Parts: sequence; C-alpha cells; structure tokens
Amino acid sequence: MIALDDVTLTFPDGASRVTAVDRVSLTGRPGIVTGITGPSGSGKSSILALAATLIRPDTGKIWIGDVDASDLSPAQATDLRRERIGIVFQQSNLLPSLTSREQLQLMAELGGGGARSRRRAVRSRVDGMLEAVGLSAYADKRPAQLSGGQRQRVAIARALVHEPQVLLIDEPTSALDQESGAAVMDLVARLTHERGTATLLVTHDLVHRDALDELVTVVDGRIV
Amino acid sequence: MAREGSIVFVAWRDLRFARGRFVLIAAVVALITLLVGFLAGLAGGLASQNISGVLGLPGDRLVLEQTSTGETSFSDSSITPDTIATWRHADGVDDVMPVGITQGRAGSGSEPVAVALFGLPHTQAASSPVADLAPTQDGEVGLSSGAADELGVAAGDRVTIGGAAYTVSSVGGDLWYSHTPVVAMSPDAWEDVDRDLGGTGEATVLAVSGDPDWDAVADNTGTSADTRLRSLGALETFKSEVGSLGLMIVMLFGVSALVVGAFFTVWTIQRSGDIAVLKALGASTASLVRDALGQALVVLGVGIAVGIGAVAALGTVAGSALPFVLSPLTTVVPAVAMALLGLAGAAVALRTVAHAQPLTALGSNR
Repeated sequence: MIALDDVTLTFPDGASRVTAVDRVSLTGRPGIVTGITGPSGSGKSSILALAATLIRPDTGKIWIGDVDASDLSPAQATDLRRERIGIVFQQSNLLPSLTSREQLQLMAELGGGGARSRRRAVRSRVDGMLEAVGLSAYADKRPAQLSGGQRQRVAIARALVHEPQVLLIDEPTSALDQESGAAVMDLVARLTHERGTATLLVTHDLVHRDALDELVTVVDGRIV
Repeated sequence: MAREGSIVFVAWRDLRFARGRFVLIAAVVALITLLVGFLAGLAGGLASQNISGVLGLPGDRLVLEQTSTGETSFSDSSITPDTIATWRHADGVDDVMPVGITQGRAGSGSEPVAVALFGLPHTQAASSPVADLAPTQDGEVGLSSGAADELGVAAGDRVTIGGAAYTVSSVGGDLWYSHTPVVAMSPDAWEDVDRDLGGTGEATVLAVSGDPDWDAVADNTGTSADTRLRSLGALETFKSEVGSLGLMIVMLFGVSALVVGAFFTVWTIQRSGDIAVLKALGASTASLVRDALGQALVVLGVGIAVGIGAVAALGTVAGSALPFVLSPLTTVVPAVAMALLGLAGAAVALRTVAHAQPLTALGSNR
C-alpha cells in the first residue's frame, strides 16, 4: 500500500514559492491501479515524484507500507526505492548497453549480486518476468533493437522483477500508438491484479480508462 | 533494508557495448605509457652512462672542492695535498682515497676512443666497482667493460693513453662517467696524463670513509662532503639530462591525467541520464562511484599493460643499441604512477556522478 496524507509540496519561484501539490491525500491499495490524471502542470508528476521518494514534501506524510517515507535521507530513500518501489518512466529509460534480460538482472545487482545459487534464482525470476510480459524471444535484444511498446514492456518487467509493494508509472503510453498503448495498459492492469501491487499511474489522457480501477483528477495541485 | 549492491555489472556491459570508444582511450593510455616507459628507460640508461663511475667510487662520502659561491663541480674540482692531509688527520676519518678524474682518449691500434680516466690507488682496504679496477702498477690499466668493448681489447692486451702504452690488467663492471667508459690508472700514471692534458695533476675528489664531523672539516678545508647520490648534483651533464628528461616524463604524466580525465568526463556526461535512472531505481551514489572508477581502472589496466609490454619488448631490442635500463624503476613505477594519475583524472568525472539527480529521470526524453 502507498498513502499520501495531507501532502504539500512547494517550489521556489523568485522571491516567493509556487505550490505544486496542495494538501493531497491519496491511497494506492494492493492489486488496484489508481490513475492520476489532469491537465499539464496540474501537479500529477509532482505527486508521482513524491510517491517515488525522489523529492521530499514540505508537509504531510507519505507511507510506503509501514515506512514513513516523508522524512528520509537521500540514502534511505534510495534503499527504500531499491527494495519496495518499482518505477516505469515515460520513455522507458532503459540502459542502452543492456539486453532485456540484463535490464531485469540489474535490479538484482542493485540489491547485491549474491551467491551463485541466488544468481540462478534471479535468472529464473527474470526469465519468468520476461515471459509474463511476452518478451522471452527478445531477452537478448538491446533497447535499440526493440519497438517502443516492447521497450515499455521491458520497463514494466524491470519495475516488477524485484517484487515491489508499489508500482509507479509515468505516462506509459505517451510515446506509443493506440494499439501498443492499449496492450501496455492491459499488461499493467493484469500484472497489478496478479501480483497485488499498489499501482499509481499518471496519464494525461483517458483513452485507456478501462485499464484503471480507480481514477483521481488533479487540478492546480489539488485532487478534485 | 537490503544490502547495497555493486553495479560493476553495468560498467562491464558498457565496456562491451561501447568497445570502440574504450579501445580508443586504452590505446591512447598504452601509447602514453609506452612514451613514459621508454623515456624513463632512456633516462635511466643515460643516467647510468653518466654516473655509474661516480656511484662506483668507495667511501662513505665524496669530497669535492667548493668554489667561493658554494658550488661544486667534478670538472673543476681540484684537491690540494694540504686538503688531503687535513681530511686524513681529521677525527673520525678512517680512510681517505684521492681519486683523479679527467676525460681523454685511449687507443688500441684503431681509432682512439673517448674515455674517463680515473686515477686511484690499488688497495685491499676499500672495495668498490671502481676501486676494484685500480691496477697494481703504473704501466697497467683496468678497463670497464664498456672501455674494453669500444677499444676491442681484453686483459693482457696493450692500449695507449696520451702516447704511453699500458697493459690491460683487468676488465671490470659497466662503469661510465659523463657518457665515456671508465679506465682506471695508478695515481702516478694518472697525474702524468692529467698534466699532459693541461690539468694540475691534483686529485679531483676524495673518497672518505669514517664518521667525522663532515660539515666542520668541509668548512675548514673549503670543500663539500656529500653522499654519492647527493654529489651527483656536481655533474653538469647529469643535471641537464635528468632535468630535461624528467620534465618530459612529468609532462607526459600530466597529459595522461588530462586525457583520461577528459575522456571519462565526457563519457560520464553522456551517461548522466542513465546515472539519474540508476539512482531512481535504487543505485547508491557510492556504488555508482565504484562503478565509474572500476571502469576507469579496467581501461587504465589494459592500456598500461599493453604500454609496459611494448616498453619491455622495445627495451629488450633497443638495449643493445641505446643506453636503456629495463628495471622495475623504469616499468613498474611509471605504470603505477600512470594508474594513479589516470584514476585521479577519472575522479574528476565523479562530480557528474555525485550530482546526478534521480528526479530528472522522471519526464526525461532519452
């Protein structure tokens, strides 16, 4: 579960400050895809950044499971992301030097490569995850050899391979055609339901509304 | 929390993925290492041809005449009999060996060759590479191996120096002075030759053994008393050679650090987006720093190994034609210095790693 409790975030703007997120309370429950939508500049990406512990709120609490993530040091936040959070970026952001399989193995390496037996288990989990997103045949391909939709599916697999409690997704279909976008959204919904992940998904359009279990709209930093 | 992991995983794959760029920088490192190693070997060889005769003298310290400005020079030093006597009678002095040094020509039937003539007594008391060459009689000379080679003679053969003929009593070690091979003569024979060459016939340097109040005796006699190594500063050709070659080596080290630093800075800036993503995914700054330095170490290691290998191969081939020293001092030391300076250069790129903001991974279009 992830919960934002009365969270406010401001940024400096010359001599004053501009409020990006204004007293937002939001809960992402296990096995549920919660969509966050709103016009450009409404604060939805800021909410995602707060949930991802990439930025600290001015006030309010952020709970990742039973951990208060609102006041962690950068190093503690890094540990928390590595352990409990999966992130899918707008443009997949895969590392160009790694194959699809290695993109997923990377997450295990970030947590310590470990013994050979653990590596075998990681390899097995990685292959299972690639199969789950339908990319077993592309395990040895690099990002440049994949289509946009395939890249985004690898990114989803990477975000889930370490079995996080929370999955955060930023505009996953913005660079995809409608058919690929629908496939990606269906994949997110299926994996969220199967794995019981609490998923927050930021999207600026509602073409794929059916894949969302819940939807909140943000305007001027507030949930309306 | 899970323990922090290592992502050398990514560094290795980057090396494989961008192998052209890494081969290029490793080749540059290899070439610079080759230049540094070759210059170091050459500097060592030239230095050896300059100073091995001085380093091969006996005694704890070498005493040279000091000018009124406090300077000393092997080529100008002239030790009077009074000075020798003062040193001999100083408290704590065990032994004083006057050594005359001058440069002349020696022949053996063919073209005469330039040699360094060392005049010193044969004695059992003081053993050193040069002292061991000293002949027992005035009509004999002891040749260093270089002199014997250049003159094409062996023990028992005859050589001429300053119009007089001498029998080669022995052929010893590889001893040189100011790029000329050492020929050892008796003090009397040397005095005659030195006078013929326009010198005073007085000793150039005293090889003093014991534990006297060195400064007091030196001040009293207008001389300097330095260890063999420190006295090398009185060899003008050595100072200028070592100075210029040393400067080249230092500049190459600087170039190496700059080239490696520039490469890894550009490389890291190119990867700054990936670094932000890795941080967002949970990679710590420490692990990314290790990753970057590990990558640099691999590139440096490969480049330096190839460079030193080439130095060893070239040094072995060139050693017979050039004054070249192949030793840990001219291979391992430059290699370690290259690695440390290269890592220092690569460390400049760590600023980018440390300052990459994971927040920028959100919404980035890469």
